[in-house]
Amino acid sequence: MSLAARVDSDTQLARLLQIGVVLEEVVEARAHRHYRTLPEAERDDVIEALLEEASEESHEHRRRLENLIDDLDATSVPFDEVKELVGNQYAKTKPEDFDGVLYDQLHGEETAYKFYDDLIDAVEASDAEFGVDRSKLLDTLRDIREEEARGVEEVANMMEERA
Amino acid sequence: MNTADQYLKTIFLVQRLEDGRASTGELADRLDVSPASVNEMIGKLAERGLVDHEKYKGAKLTDDGIVRAEDALQTYCILERFLANVLEVDEFRDEAKQLEPVIDETVAGRLDLIIDREADCPDCFDAETDACKYLEVASDPEAVMDD
Repeated sequence: MSLAARVDSDTQLARLLQIGVVLEEVVEARAHRHYRTLPEAERDDVIEALLEEASEESHEHRRRLENLIDDLDATSVPFDEVKELVGNQYAKTKPEDFDGVLYDQLHGEETAYKFYDDLIDAVEASDAEFGVDRSKLLDTLRDIREEEARGVEEVANMMEERA
Repeated sequence: MNTADQYLKTIFLVQRLEDGRASTGELADRLDVSPASVNEMIGKLAERGLVDHEKYKGAKLTDDGIVRAEDALQTYCILERFLANVLEVDEFRDEAKQLEPVIDETVAGRLDLIIDREADCPDCFDAETDACKYLEVASDPEAVMDD
């Protein structure tokens, strides 16, 4: 084992990318559920657009991560499986109201940002040769991290406007 | 999980196993680092009030250290359970050890949204097998089956 935050092998990298896929799938699946479970009075075009955009963005991130996972000859995590797991636990973890939905979105984006940030650091800290091109890997992860940062900003602004 | 939290978690588990202080040698073995590295980190943790260290006797967590260690153990339990139950990794203990330095507690908290942990987590963590007692450990046929 290593105490250092460093990615040393293809297996480790593939596993971390799978975790990234799951984080995206959780955002996507919860966004769908949030909208469906919001009381009628709290639904509007703005929240609908936000959740739809979050869902599409997560879908696109997932697709990009899956390309990297393919390059490593590993398999991804089927969305249907994660969707079912989200569904199983949703009653216990769902937000109470509209503010809760926004907070959950914010938390999802912040967590994803932190994950990609740590993963980029861990790849940069390693001299290992990966089965995927290092620049392609880092460019993809940096792009996604950037989009997560923008997502955090958008949700935070919306929360501020509604406060 | 940062290095300090990995140390705190390990001291916590060794204390539980030994029913006493965690020795430098035992910590070095478990963390796969040199005794000098252990002593250096123990010194830093003691300065931060997380560990009480007595020369030749070993390290013991303070109350603040126990709180941090339990949080770190919970993060680790989530990671093990996620690997075992969602990604269906047989060698989930080995992989959890490799991945834990890269997985932050907020990330683990998000993964926790899709796993079904027991109410007694992290007390259900078995220091001896290095796994949650409810998870089936591949190499141990006596292990309790997960539900």
